[in-house]
Amino acid sequence: MSTNAASSAMPLALPKRGRRSLAHSKWPVLILFLPPALLLFTVLVILPMGEAAWYSFYNWNGYGSPTQWIGLRNYQLIFRNAAFTQALINNGLIVLASICIQIPLALWLATMISSRIKGALVFRLIFFLPYVLADVAAGMIWRFVYDGDFGLVGGIASFFAADPPFWLADRDVAMYAILGVVVWKYFGFHMMLFIAGLQAIDKSVLEAADIDGATGFQKFRLVTLPLLGSTVRLSVFFGVVGSLQLFDMIMPLTGGGPSNSTQTMVTFLYNFGVTRMQIGFGSAVGVVLFVLCVTLAFSYKRIFMRHD
Amino acid sequence: MTELSAAQPIDAASAPTSGQRVRTSMQLYMYVSLILVAAIVIIPLASTALGGFKTLGDLRGNPFGLPTEWQWSNYTDIIFSKRYWLQMSNSLIIALLTVFLTLAFGAMAAFCFAHIRFFGSSYLLNYFLIGLMFPAATAILPLYIRIRDLGLIDTYWGVVLPQVAFGMGMSIMLFRNYFRNLPSELFDAAFVDGCGYMRFFWHVTLPLSRPIIATVGIISFVSSWNNYIVPLIMLNSESRYPWPLGIMIYRGEFSTEWQLVLAFITLTILPTIIAFFLAQKHIIAGLTAGAVKS
Repeated sequence: MSTNAASSAMPLALPKRGRRSLAHSKWPVLILFLPPALLLFTVLVILPMGEAAWYSFYNWNGYGSPTQWIGLRNYQLIFRNAAFTQALINNGLIVLASICIQIPLALWLATMISSRIKGALVFRLIFFLPYVLADVAAGMIWRFVYDGDFGLVGGIASFFAADPPFWLADRDVAMYAILGVVVWKYFGFHMMLFIAGLQAIDKSVLEAADIDGATGFQKFRLVTLPLLGSTVRLSVFFGVVGSLQLFDMIMPLTGGGPSNSTQTMVTFLYNFGVTRMQIGFGSAVGVVLFVLCVTLAFSYKRIFMRHD
Repeated sequence: MTELSAAQPIDAASAPTSGQRVRTSMQLYMYVSLILVAAIVIIPLASTALGGFKTLGDLRGNPFGLPTEWQWSNYTDIIFSKRYWLQMSNSLIIALLTVFLTLAFGAMAAFCFAHIRFFGSSYLLNYFLIGLMFPAATAILPLYIRIRDLGLIDTYWGVVLPQVAFGMGMSIMLFRNYFRNLPSELFDAAFVDGCGYMRFFWHVTLPLSRPIIATVGIISFVSSWNNYIVPLIMLNSESRYPWPLGIMIYRGEFSTEWQLVLAFITLTILPTIIAFFLAQKHIIAGLTAGAVKS
């Protein structure tokens, strides 16, 4: 008991002395280490976001200072704009493709790669490669692939003696063609998430299922899949966030056309706000995007990822 | 008894063979599927690289196969052109500056959050974490006005500083989580020896933080190297364009000559692909770990 008391008294005494001497030296560190990040972040992230809210009430082309107050008119214009509605629908389509195609595909590949077959590392490398490429480069490459005259799709069509298709110029098809590129580029990333998730599963659970006579599919459906819940939720989350940011890939593919059929939120912001120097209108789109991002992030984390 | 012992070897012998049979057909199925998906990944890339060696007519008739005549000049013309190297060095300068500032500012701020108790620290941390929730695109127009007013339009800094600012949330969060998990005994020992915060940061924290420095460095390098929207808004003159902008300009200029565009694309993504294969372990781990932890 006495040694116990002594040993508990010692650490109590030491940190106290330590802390007091630290108290003298902690301000220089704070004053030196915090301001660079704080200043940069405030000036270039938080203030612009606040200014976006402020500018969104003005009709302003960026020169001089904003004077023409128009209230909520920019927001009215946004929600009346058919291209914006299309952008919202397209963002929804991307999320849908991510959930219905990308995640099952990623999970399927991840289970195969985790089953320790030969060459798994090579496949993993190949599947991850598109994710490392820039969106712009991926968009460029697929613009070539989809080209009806010189591209791969055109080559396949001419092999079957069909008319050359121009998917990216067809307003009914273009968005689906883009969804294909999105899946092509991002499935490898989701696959890596699932591989990590599968590695975290306790092998003894699967062995127990083996002993109980579960078939491979039963094991997957009743043991593996429920244990991957948090990974699936994370993966969906990235699908949603990525969809809201999609811009770089659309620009080389279609630029939002034909007739606005492939706009996303950010291409809409760029095409209608930036290129026309409509600072007020563009800022209002930015605010809508911000509200969407924050609400989705918060509510998704609240509802689906509470326990993760 | 004899029956049982006789039955057992038969059972034991037959079970693995049937298992083996399932195994091989299963493996066949897996390899066929994996190779199919791998082909879908590789064929667009390979035909882009091969397309760069073709003539336009060759490309039209034969987009998949090997070139009938290898047009090395498509590639060499670009390699010996000034614009290719200019773009690459622009991208590299912007990326290196971004990585350096993101690491320095992020690690310094994260150190304060991890090791120093001060009034409002948790509020301040949450303030930085707001930055994780929205992309730079949301505030791009006011950001443009701000950079213009600072006189940084059409400079490297006009691209670097916004990139660093928007990477700050992620960088601080990753660094802080790592710093907090360093054994606290190190601290106690250092403080007893009279080591201050600064020296602790330099001589203890940073040398122990190589993995997280690599992770944050890779994430910010890749995102800067691939960034399109920030330089698109902030830069005007072609001599400062990083490659994602350059490639779009090039395509605009040579829109009718796909073979040149393909050669150009191939050469611009080549550094990424080489780097990826050389450091694949670190890059895959860095990019996925960074995402998962945020």
